[in-house]
Order: sequence, then C-alpha cells, then structure tokens
Amino acid sequence: MNFNLTKKQELFRQMIREFAEKEVKPLAVEIDEQERFPMETIEKMAKIGLMGIPVPTQYGGAGGDHIMYTIAVEELSRCCATTGVALSAHTSLGMGPILENGTEEQKMKYLPKMASGEWIGAFGLTEPNAGTDAAMQQTTAVLEGDHYVLNGSKIFITNAGYAHVYVVFAMTDKSKGNKGISAFIVEQGMPGFSIGKKEKKLGIRGSATCELIFENCIVPKENLLGAEGKGFAIAMKTLDGGRIGIASQALGIAQGAMDETVKYTKERKQFGRSIAQFQNTQFQMADLETRIQAARLLVRSAAFKKDNGIPYSADAAMCKLFAAETAMEMTTKAVQFHGGYGYTREYPVERMMRDAKITEIYEGTSEVQRMVIAAKLFK
Amino acid sequence: MKIVVCIKQVPDTTEVKINPVTGTIIREGIPSIMNPDDKGGLELALRLKDEFDAHVTVITMGPPQADAILREAYAMGVDRAILLTDRAFAGADTLATSHALAAAIKNLDYDLVITGRQAIDGDTAQVGPQIAEHLDLPQVSYVADAKYDGKETIRVKKETEDGYQILEATTPCVFTVLASAIKPRYMSVRGIVEAFDKEVETWTVQNITIEPEKLGGKGSPTRVKKSFAKELKQPGAVYEVTPEESVDLIIAKLKEKFII
Amino acid sequence: MDKSAYKNVYVFIEQRGGVIQPVALELLGKASELAATLGEKVVALFPGNNIASQAQTLIEYGADQVVVMDCPELNDYLTEQYAQAMYQAIMKFQPSIVLFGATTIGRDLAPRLSARLETGLTADCTKLEISEDGQLMMTRPAFGGNLMATIMCTEHRPQMSTVRPGVMRRLSADKSRKGEVITFQPEFNTAKFRVKLVETVKNDKGKIDITEAKILVSGGRGVGNKEGFDKLQALADVFGDKAVVSSSRAMVDAGIMEADRQVGQTGKTVRPDLYLACGISGAIQHLAGMEESDLIIAINKDKFAPIFNVADLGIVGDVHKIIPMLTERLKK
Repeated sequence: MNFNLTKKQELFRQMIREFAEKEVKPLAVEIDEQERFPMETIEKMAKIGLMGIPVPTQYGGAGGDHIMYTIAVEELSRCCATTGVALSAHTSLGMGPILENGTEEQKMKYLPKMASGEWIGAFGLTEPNAGTDAAMQQTTAVLEGDHYVLNGSKIFITNAGYAHVYVVFAMTDKSKGNKGISAFIVEQGMPGFSIGKKEKKLGIRGSATCELIFENCIVPKENLLGAEGKGFAIAMKTLDGGRIGIASQALGIAQGAMDETVKYTKERKQFGRSIAQFQNTQFQMADLETRIQAARLLVRSAAFKKDNGIPYSADAAMCKLFAAETAMEMTTKAVQFHGGYGYTREYPVERMMRDAKITEIYEGTSEVQRMVIAAKLFK
Repeated sequence: MKIVVCIKQVPDTTEVKINPVTGTIIREGIPSIMNPDDKGGLELALRLKDEFDAHVTVITMGPPQADAILREAYAMGVDRAILLTDRAFAGADTLATSHALAAAIKNLDYDLVITGRQAIDGDTAQVGPQIAEHLDLPQVSYVADAKYDGKETIRVKKETEDGYQILEATTPCVFTVLASAIKPRYMSVRGIVEAFDKEVETWTVQNITIEPEKLGGKGSPTRVKKSFAKELKQPGAVYEVTPEESVDLIIAKLKEKFII
Repeated sequence: MDKSAYKNVYVFIEQRGGVIQPVALELLGKASELAATLGEKVVALFPGNNIASQAQTLIEYGADQVVVMDCPELNDYLTEQYAQAMYQAIMKFQPSIVLFGATTIGRDLAPRLSARLETGLTADCTKLEISEDGQLMMTRPAFGGNLMATIMCTEHRPQMSTVRPGVMRRLSADKSRKGEVITFQPEFNTAKFRVKLVETVKNDKGKIDITEAKILVSGGRGVGNKEGFDKLQALADVFGDKAVVSSSRAMVDAGIMEADRQVGQTGKTVRPDLYLACGISGAIQHLAGMEESDLIIAINKDKFAPIFNVADLGIVGDVHKIIPMLTERLKK
C-alpha cells in the first residue's frame, strides 16, 4: 500500500502544472467568452506527447499510465475545464476503445496518428432518444459487400468537427436489442458523414459539442471495431475509462476553485481582517478540502486498478459521482466566498461553477453512477 | 559537436520565506527547481542538438537530491547526466564551486560549455566566468541567442543594459545564458516516462583531479559572516481621505522635502 | 599571504565608447569613504582607448591616483583584453580592495579576474563597510531579496566586490582637487583573444534610464493599462526632464511597459529623490529595488498593501482620480 506518486508521476505532475499555468490558463477566459475550441493548445499538447499519455510506445504513445493521465486532465481542468475535457474525450473515448478492442491493423492505422495528436479522437453513442438509456440506439448499420452503410444521428459529441476519428455505435441487428449494437471507426471525410449543429452551452463553452449526421455513410468493413453485436459492451467498458477522465476533470475544477478561494479569502478584508480568518470560512473550507482529497484518492485508486488489470467499473462510477458532486459544491461555495465579485466575470469562479455542472451529467449522470454502484452492491 | 551544460538545483525563491527572528531561510515546503537561467542554457544546447545533432551532457554539483533536476534534463532530451556530489564540496563559495565543476568538465569532451547567467538563490553570476578561466576558454556572458556555423564559429547575441552586442566566438568556449530570452521546452511525456530508467552517473572527488585545498569551505576565499532578514524602514503615515485632500497632502510633502 | 603588502581602495572605471559610466563615479564616492576609514588612498583603474584626457574627472570625483591604461586593444570591452590589462595592473599595484560596478561588463570581468587571481568576489553589493580590524564587509541581498548576507574575504587579497549601480552616492565634483596620474601599459597575449565584437546595437528607447532620474512616477497593477500610464506620463511631464515613468514587474510581464522601465529585484535598483508609487502593492522583490529612495509616496486602493510599510506618505485612494488632479495642481 503506497499512496505516494512515483517519482515519474511526480515529475509529470510538475511539468503539466507548469504547462497548464503558462499555456492553458491565459486562454481560459477567451475561449469561454468566444466559445472557441483551443486548437493552438491542442497543438502544444501534441508536441510534448500529451495526446498519447497511456498509449504504449509501439503505437506511438508515451508509454505512460492512467495515473499520469488523470493528473494531466486534473491539472489542465484546474486552469481550464474545456481543455481538460478535450484531452479526456480524445484519450478515453477516442483512443481507449481502439486500444482495447482494435485489431493490430486498426491499432497500427489509428493509434500512432492519434497519440501524436495529428488526429483527434471522439466518441458517438448518445442520440436524441438514447441518453441514459443507451441501448435505445436508432442509428443503423447495414453490411453491403465490403462496407457498412450507416444512417442516423448522434448528439452532444465532444470534439466533433475537430476530431478526425470517431468511434460510433449503431444497430446492426435491431431484433437483438443491446446485443445488436456494433461499434465502428468512422473517419472525417467518409462519404455521407457530416457534422450538424453546434450546441450553445452553460459551461465548457470552448469545447466543441455538435451533432454527427450519417446519411448513407459508407464505412469500410474493416472499420468494424470488435465483433458485430459487441458494441454495447465496448461502449460500457469505454465509459468506465471515460468516467475516470471526467472525474479527473471535476477534481481539477474543484481544485482550481479551491486555490482561487484560498487566495481570495486571504486577500479580501472585511471588518478589519481577512475573511480567511473567520471560523465560518475555515470550517467550510476544511470540509471542502477533505472532499477534494477524498475525490483524488478515489480517482487514483480507480486509475490504479485500470493500470493493473483489476475490474474498476464501480470504482470509476464512484470517483466520477463523488468528484462531480464535489466540484459542484466547491465551485458554488467558491462563488459564495467571493461574494459579488464571484458572480462577475472578473474572477474565474463563476466560470468554474458553470463548467462544474456538466461533470454531473455527461459520461453518465450522477443517477447512472448510483445505478452502477448499486448494481454491484446488490448483484 | 559536444556540449556540457552546468545546471543547479535551487529553492524557488518566489516562494521563500524568512524567519524574521533568526534571519534564516524557512526551507520547509519550498519547492526545489532547476535554476531558470540554467534551463535557458539547457534549451540553447538542445536547440543545437536538434539542428546539429549535438551530444548534450548535463552536470550538476549538489546533494544527492539534485538527481531530480538531472531526471528533468533527461526528460527534456539530454544524452548524459552527471551528479557531482561529495562532502568535500560542502561549504563552497563560487570560486571553490567553479574549481570543482571545471575539474569535472576537464574529464569530458566538449566544444561548448554552457552555464546559466546566475542562480536565483545567490544571484552572483560568477561561476560561469570562473569555470571559463579555469578551463582557459573564452567566455561570453548574458547570451540571449547563438547561431552555430557547423564548424567552429558561433555567433552570439549578448544582452546589455541598453541594447545588445553580436559577438563571434570560436569553439571551444563558454557561454552564460539568460533565461528571459530563451523559452525552454517542456519535458516530453515519453521523456518523463523514460527518464528514470536512464543512468545518472555519480561522481565524487575521486573522479576528478584537483588539489583538495581548492574545494569546499577550505577552498573558499569568502565567508558569510552573518545573514539577516531585511529591515524595512519605519512606515510613514497612511491617510484615507478624499482625492482633493490626498492631493493637498502630497503637495505639502513635496514642499517639505523641497521637491517643488 | 602577506596582507600588509596590499594597500588602497581601487575602483574599476567602466567606460563605454569613452564615456565614463555613472556607477564608476558612485564607486569613487564609496571608495573615498572606505579609504578615509582605512587611512588609505583611492585609486582609479582606468582602461580604455583615447581616454587619458579624462583622468582629471576621476580625481575631481574622489580618486587620489588614476592608473591609465590607454591602448587600442581596449577600445571595446572584451573579456580577455580587459582581464589581461586589469590582472597585470592588480599584480603590479597590489590593491587591498577592488570595486566594480555590477553591470553586464563588471559582472563579466570581475569573476574572470577573481578566478585568475584566486581571490574572493562578492556580487551585487548594496552596502560596504570596514570592520574594526580593517576588513571589508560586503552586504548583499540573496534569495531573491528575501535575505541579506554580509560577506568577508579575510585571508585573500585583493578583496573584490561588484556593486549595484544607483546604490552608492557619488561626491560632488571638486574642480580644485589634485591627484596623480600614472600611465600603465599592459602587455597583451593576443593569442588568447578569441572573441570578436561584430556589432553593438543600442535600443533607442534605452535612452531612458530610470536609474538616472531624480523623480520616478511608477505604476503597478492598479494603473491597469496603457491609458493609465498615460496619466502617469502627464504627471512626469510636469516635472520636466528629471522625471521618468517606471513600472512594477507585473506591468512589464503584461506587456504594458518595456522591460528597461522595471524597478525591483529582477529589474533595476533606483534611489531617486522622489518615488511616487501608483497602484503598486509592494511585493518584496519590488521593495528591494526602490526602498532606498529619499522620499516615497504611495497611492493604493488597498490600505493593507505592503508598499505602505516603506512609504513616507501613504494615500489610500484611486490613482486614476488622484494623479490627474495632482497633475493639474502642479501645473498651476
């Protein structure tokens, strides 16, 4: 039992903290205001290998572990949650299913370019009528000779438009319910594939969230990921990994709000003393700090299990649930501690509060996480 | 081309706090970092590596914990790392430090030796030129940029108070580099993953050839007699009044001190 | 080492293009004080090309002797050329103390010489005193200005130090002062001249030297932006040539002011007659660069700003209101 980061992980944390402070933080306000995807940051991340952290070196990755990956998403999100989710969706949802389910040919074709950041990854599962109930897929895929023909649409897709590789789910056999779902690797530019409307959101406003449209989209047969009918299992397994990423994002948002609040409450003086000197501040902050540290331990424990091949599905749900709710609580209180200033865009905590909310919703709502945890409990 | 870069582990002085009673540094909780100017020097070396396939060795003199900045250097892309560590070096001032480092560098191949201009803990800017003297090499300090012709001439830009100079140095030579002009690269993720599998060579006084009396406290002509927290002068009055009254106060003060 | 053979307080006279640098005169002032305490002489070491005629100036500012090294090899500052000349002069004259300006030249030359002479050197001193037993006590900031250290070099000679420009006081020139001018011709080993000067480029804006200004109107975060600094400039203009606008690091980092205007640990040390700190909170690194000013007036919104701890007069208020009002009043 050892709760310390290894020297390697600690050095990585030092690097990503500096990177986030210097390269990510200065853009956070701008990309939020302009609802702009931070492509220039992604290019900088690619240059130092951040787009392929847990990918083995034989597939062009950095050969790191998932603890490092969670540290990266946390530290990026501490400065800018939009940048954090771009990395999370690319790594866990884009590359994750290919790495875990792809054939050697598929891995060699996609992973080196994705790990180097040349191709960004995305994931298409959610549909207008298949949200929490993901089995209700309407998108269909029909095998015609050497290719599948996809029809339907996906919504709320992170990185859409900027991604080159999309792991998309569609029904190959409706009669089999969720056993009839299959996964496909769809590339930007494949005939019949287009990007639909872009969502206007409360938070993570720089993140590109769009609709994917498939109109007789031609996908080569060799782009089937895993066997036909294995799509739902692939999706659920992928989401387990994704939840660790989103939990890290939530953790980073919470830590960012905590750091801002510590700084502000030490500087801000009311009634002749800093508001950090009031016991009300201290006790609330102590509770929040405890929650953040607990969230971090849950995140790292789930990542540790993933790295060591130990089942982690419930762990992922727990860390995601707890970190997301911690982020929401922390940011809400951060705004409160900042008073009137906290409500203005002069301080970052209002943005953090808006960004935090999504972590309770995507990659499975908090209710879904509770379902996953309870299912394990009562099986 | 072979390059040796001298780096130092320093406390992050922006985080340093002083115990006002004892006048000593509170070291607890202060992060240790690679000295910024040294990192700038390392970046200059790595750019020469990118362009001319130069071989880059980093060397640091310090306690065993200085291993951390050598790992960082590996993660940034250097080829070889040496930790010069021995109790015999303890208590060294800049002259004794420069003797030890120069003696170590003499055991290496080099066309170029790079140091940072100065370290943020001491701010002396002395060790680089002193190493150059011991190695009998020409030096250029305050280097902001360098262009190598691929043979034996390097054109360097040296920052001065009111502008800059372009100088031409022939190798082998010593540069001291300014961090402000050269933005260092980040460690790469793969570099970090692999940094701890690489060898950091530990050199002691046994690995270098030098008269023992030139090392450590014994070899240091200067001694710190005392250190103390800086005294701030007694503050004057502070007023919280209307802008008009503020202006009256300022004008009265300027008259009192014969400024107007 | 027979320390008694080493006598007198020597000053390296830095010139650029034949122009004696202010720091050299400041050091002559300090050297006069140290020499008086020791009962010794002040000697100026004056290397350059076609500079001999200026020796009298150095005498007027406090030198008892001037060692002139006037030769074409010393036309431009280059480390090895100057190191050879200075080394030979030091070996011949055997100074007890040698002072250099902590400039890009002084901080290049002095360490090179200290290694050649195998003696101690203390960088960037802000205070020099003589101890009871006649040794030089050199005090300097360390750890980013958080700590002061007093350093001595008791067993080696000469005792050498570089001194921050703007910290010591020059004497008023005394035209009637008499002194001795000695010509010294170094013998150069030209084989070691392996660095060539290609060109020297001056920034035009470098003409503004905040260390020379009598009045500094200095702005920090509270000034906000370029328009804010225009207000400070308008106030400086009222004082004419002797007033200049300077800046805290924050505004330089933000790209609002040029780096050569920066006061503080990583910028310049100033000691003007008046330092008007506008919207500067007063981080310790900033205070290190300006707290020696004769008169400090600070205006800041935050009444707990540390700048008020060093200010002779503190005003809690809005610089954007007070500065234009002050400018108007002073115009009258």
